[in-house]
Amino acid sequence: MKTATRPDHRPSPSAPSGPPAPQVRNDRGVRGRLRGVRKWNIPAGVAALLWLVVVGLPLYVLVLATLRTNEAYYDKGALSLPGGLTLDNYRKVLEGDFFTYLLNTAIVTAATAAIVIVLSVGVGYTVVRTLSRTSQRVFQFFLLGLAIPAQAVIVPVYLLITEMQLYDSLLAIILPISAFCLPVCVLILAGTMRDIEEEMYESMALEGASQTRILLQLVVPLSRGGISTVGVYAALQAWNNFLFPLILTQSRDTKVLTLGLYDYVGQFRVDIPALLAAVVLSIVPIFVVYLFARRQLINGLMGAGGR
Amino acid sequence: MKHVATTSRVGRPGIAWAVPGVLFFALFAVGPMLLVVYLSFTTWDGLGSFPSVSGTDNWERLFDDPTMRQAVKLSIILTAASWLIQTPISLLLGVWSAGRQKNRAVLSAIFFLPLLASSVALALLWKSLLDPNFGLIAEIGPWIGIENGNVFADGTSAMAAVAFVASWQFIPFHTLLYQGGARQIPKSFYEAASLDGAGTVRQFFTITLPQLRNTVITSSVLMVVGALTFFDTVLILTEGGPGTDTTIVPYLMYETGFQAYDMGYASAIATTLVIVATAISLLMVRISGFTAMRSTREGM
Repeated sequence: MKTATRPDHRPSPSAPSGPPAPQVRNDRGVRGRLRGVRKWNIPAGVAALLWLVVVGLPLYVLVLATLRTNEAYYDKGALSLPGGLTLDNYRKVLEGDFFTYLLNTAIVTAATAAIVIVLSVGVGYTVVRTLSRTSQRVFQFFLLGLAIPAQAVIVPVYLLITEMQLYDSLLAIILPISAFCLPVCVLILAGTMRDIEEEMYESMALEGASQTRILLQLVVPLSRGGISTVGVYAALQAWNNFLFPLILTQSRDTKVLTLGLYDYVGQFRVDIPALLAAVVLSIVPIFVVYLFARRQLINGLMGAGGR
Repeated sequence: MKHVATTSRVGRPGIAWAVPGVLFFALFAVGPMLLVVYLSFTTWDGLGSFPSVSGTDNWERLFDDPTMRQAVKLSIILTAASWLIQTPISLLLGVWSAGRQKNRAVLSAIFFLPLLASSVALALLWKSLLDPNFGLIAEIGPWIGIENGNVFADGTSAMAAVAFVASWQFIPFHTLLYQGGARQIPKSFYEAASLDGAGTVRQFFTITLPQLRNTVITSSVLMVVGALTFFDTVLILTEGGPGTDTTIVPYLMYETGFQAYDMGYASAIATTLVIVATAISLLMVRISGFTAMRSTREGM
């Protein structure tokens, strides 16, 4: 969390997106290294290269496979260099329900991020500012929630959603996914909001600002870093979630991307290149986002782990 | 807390701002956690009829169930294997990539790719890569000593495949944690150490590792809880098979509840998961002291 809130990690407000920012170089940076503070760490460097192969090779094979015809894939094997490249596999996937799945996923992702931001800002504000016994309890309540694995409560959530007559709707997955994001997000936001100076609240309050104004004009702008981390975290959780859609939705119209992928297994049973093209297509949107918002995304992922 | 009494009460919001969040969280997360305990004492087929109380039947069955016993064993094995594979690799990679050279930025961008894809996408990728006839394994398997290996036909190798895919998927995330941790170690520590003539390896063990103690704890807990709740990949990669040889606890719960429609028994399995996860988290709070994290500025 420190990383998420450190001022030198924050992108300048005037350029929120654009090309990937250069690697952060704070304090002594390069010069510190050149003075021989830490020399080449050869074992780790070798491990890193090895790991690059372990990560890179499968991804290379993945992309390669999708560019070949089904026959070429089965005849010549996964590593063979392609004779004629084709985009046919992508066409096959895109002609199906792919865009429906993508749209559903986008809706679920945006709604989850919005719900989580609104709710956790409120909770974080109270936890940090009220300083009463109740607000401490509230914080502990959410910390306890960190321990609840989604799998463990899927049966009662299924019962609840069915009773609320939400089964097989997008709302059925948005609500539980949001709830399960909350503990981590409250933790992140409470950390960020604690860094706002006490005096700033007081001077605003003395000038007669209402609680709502303090929240909107002081707390929200000053915890922008934490809020975007929370948004990214929630969005990633929603984008990649599989369990809740698997249990709580059913029909074609409510399918999200992850569930759609799972369905392609049956549909493209003997057409691995097409199946893998669907896999690639499911990664592309988030990879594009990654290219433009690399730092926010990484902060979001780091925020997921605490510290 | 004296602090509270002496601090000015000007500009303190009421508790009202937290109410929507608390209610929402209570309804969809904490409530279900309590409900699952109740459901474990009922019989329910998951359809129209409502759960009917059946006493301790499910629990008695749970303790006599060889599949459950095996599932617990497999979960423990998976957890231990994940930790043993992931921790050294991500620790080394994280510390290494905490440096600030250009090629490292490019390399770490590639490391991050598995983080962006869903576990479903990655499981599908690996299922095709591990296909004994057409996958990557058919081609490079012989080089690394896997001849004609249908890894999913044998319980041990299927489990190894699950652990491998899990590690492949999550090492980048833990690398990120260690990278963040390593960047926060003051440079002066290393300067002092190299003035004293300590080499890279020595510095790693006397400075880096002790300084990363909290990161190790955080990362380990996340790995343990992650492995305990590992589900998507097993469903796609092995469907718990061959036989029940990769049926870990969460998968057994899914199968019992949503394929056999035995929701009461599934709830008993789920309750076991809640208890274990809660115990681990409490232990985590004990060791790492989340509540001690009063301010992100403290200790800087």
